[in-house]
Amino acid sequence: MAEDRSPPRRRWFRRRQEKQPDARRRRWPIRSAGINFALGYGVLFLISATLFLSFIWWSSTNLLNQHVRAFIETDAQELQKRWVYGGAPALGDAITDRLEQNIDDDALYLLIDRHGRRLAGNLPGWPVAIKKMNHFYELSIRRYTFTTPAEFKAYHLPHGFKMIVGHDIRGRTLLSTVITRTLIWCAVMIALLAVGGALVVRDLFRRMVGSIARTASAVANGDLNHRIALTGSETDLVAETVNTMLDRINRLMEGVRQVSNAIAHDLRTPITRARNQLEEALFSATSPDELRTAVDKAIGDLDHITGIFEALLRIAQIEAGSRRSAFTMMDLNQLLANMAELYEASAEDAGLSLHLDIVPLPPLFGDERMLQQALANLLDNAIKFSPPNSTLTLSAHPVPAMPTPETAAAEGTPAGIDISVQDQGPGMNDADILRAHERFFRAESARNTPGSGLGLSLVQAVTSLHHGRLTLTQAHPGLKVTLFLPLTQEAEQNARHTISTENPS
Amino acid sequence: MRILLVEDDPTVRSFVLKGLKEAGHNVDQADNGKDGLYLAIGEKYDIIILDRMLPGGIDGLNILETLRGQKNNTPVLLLSALSDVDDRVDGLRAGGDDYVTKPFAFSELLARVEALGRRGHNDSAPETSLTVGDLSLDLLSREVRRNGQKIDLQPREFRLLEFLVRHAGQVVTRTMLLEKVWDYHFDPQTNVIDVHVSRLRQKVDKPFETAIIHTVRNAGYILRPTQD
Repeated sequence: MAEDRSPPRRRWFRRRQEKQPDARRRRWPIRSAGINFALGYGVLFLISATLFLSFIWWSSTNLLNQHVRAFIETDAQELQKRWVYGGAPALGDAITDRLEQNIDDDALYLLIDRHGRRLAGNLPGWPVAIKKMNHFYELSIRRYTFTTPAEFKAYHLPHGFKMIVGHDIRGRTLLSTVITRTLIWCAVMIALLAVGGALVVRDLFRRMVGSIARTASAVANGDLNHRIALTGSETDLVAETVNTMLDRINRLMEGVRQVSNAIAHDLRTPITRARNQLEEALFSATSPDELRTAVDKAIGDLDHITGIFEALLRIAQIEAGSRRSAFTMMDLNQLLANMAELYEASAEDAGLSLHLDIVPLPPLFGDERMLQQALANLLDNAIKFSPPNSTLTLSAHPVPAMPTPETAAAEGTPAGIDISVQDQGPGMNDADILRAHERFFRAESARNTPGSGLGLSLVQAVTSLHHGRLTLTQAHPGLKVTLFLPLTQEAEQNARHTISTENPS
Repeated sequence: MRILLVEDDPTVRSFVLKGLKEAGHNVDQADNGKDGLYLAIGEKYDIIILDRMLPGGIDGLNILETLRGQKNNTPVLLLSALSDVDDRVDGLRAGGDDYVTKPFAFSELLARVEALGRRGHNDSAPETSLTVGDLSLDLLSREVRRNGQKIDLQPREFRLLEFLVRHAGQVVTRTMLLEKVWDYHFDPQTNVIDVHVSRLRQKVDKPFETAIIHTVRNAGYILRPTQD
């Protein structure tokens, strides 16, 4: 019961999944894959440029700060030495000297005495913020007409004197301006690149999809031979799938065309014959017996036509693959033994001996009735074309898997089963062998034997249904028809098993 | 036998009707599903021949399912233009006893109708032996005797003879033999059945004065006990 309920639930889940992209599409208005692609790349570039420039900014300011601090420290040491040599006046002179020689105008000094009076320096007074000695401060100060950041350090001097050595770090502002400007330019360039990229990518996408769309529309307009050119790009995956699909459609269409041609040509002949016979009997029969014979023959022709119809329908049905519903695990040994038993008598009646060469076979997943029919057609054919007193061989044996190094371990599990029917009849020439499985094809030498030319087509269809292979080879003398049926259908069988447990009907 | 024929095509209906009457059966007919269902439920028949596709909203399968739903086990032979194996399986699963696809030879239909009619009668306890004229089959020991003389048969030959004996006095067609004795559902191009029957004749008829297995032209075979 739980399994019964699971398919609807799964369907509901799928519906919910389907809804989600809709909602997302509503929130994100851009549909073009190319533009989305370019936008994504643009944003990514912008983020990486920002990160990159931030890092440059961070490391350069760090370097600048260290440089400034080192400069301040050495300068202060120098000045303290001056104090040692000449006291406050010497230090005041040195500071004034330095300020005069400072072309960049970025040095800042202040020297005050114990009463807080300014003795030298270019700072107007002791900044309120500087409270601790021997500690770096970063402050904004007003110089002339502008405000600028500066690094300061205050020092104690003997006798209550205090000194501030500082450095204008306006350079950092400059650097920040440069970096900001770079960032803006970067953004502009990235935007341009993104727009250009969007156009290129969109064009690329369009071209990729265009080739598929062109083929699809050509096919829609009836040209089934059109195929998508493989370019080596990622779309080849789609292209190959579509091409395979088109091949299959083409083959099916070809089948339909053949059937309609066949109906047009090959069914007309027996219908005409029946009609002519009846008409002739109607006009020229002189006795009831003659009339009866004509009607009898006409019925025979009509039965023949019905037979052709049945065979055509069955082939079409098998080729559509709808008959796989009847697949089961089956015992080929039993099937072959029964078929041999059924046909052994007809072979003997035709003066032939049926030789069996059958080794025990593993069970096969397949359609028993279809295989019976296929085998019956092969045996019918062989008996029909065998000369008297010849031998007919029905053989079957497992085919080992290709002995590649990978599969060597799996030796003993056969890849499939070969079933072959060999006669000693006239055989077929190579050209005929190539056309043998075509519907209504009859070799020139077989024109005068009864038959519709559909037997091998049916065998071919049954073989394809089992994913097998039908091969015709010359046996000198005679013809050998081999059915190869692969055993590697466990997956399919499992799939079927799941389906059958889901709907126990 | 009393037979109900439900078939909408007037040509096919009159053809089958005429044939069945000539074979000595009493036939009622209906040309649509409604009348067919009414007759099938209201009257007692030995066998019902049902066309699968009928006008009037009730098709052959509906009638069949209604009958079986009412525990009515009258043998039903389905007649249909649907020749698919799947369609055949559907028909038999719905409770049909046999299936004949159009176009059909009348002899085939008649043979199957008579075989079905016979089956309706002797659904009694399983027999252990069958006797027709001077021929007797022991179903347990698989021994065949004619005129007291033992005949050695292969297992398949025994089943073939058993089928003929069970339908003694009735025509059995080649298709019926292929289906019922071999359980095959294909149309062989060669005369496989004829060969098997002729082998059986070699053993059952040839050593004796009179033949009991006869060929019916354009139809099949019949096992008729010797008149003595």
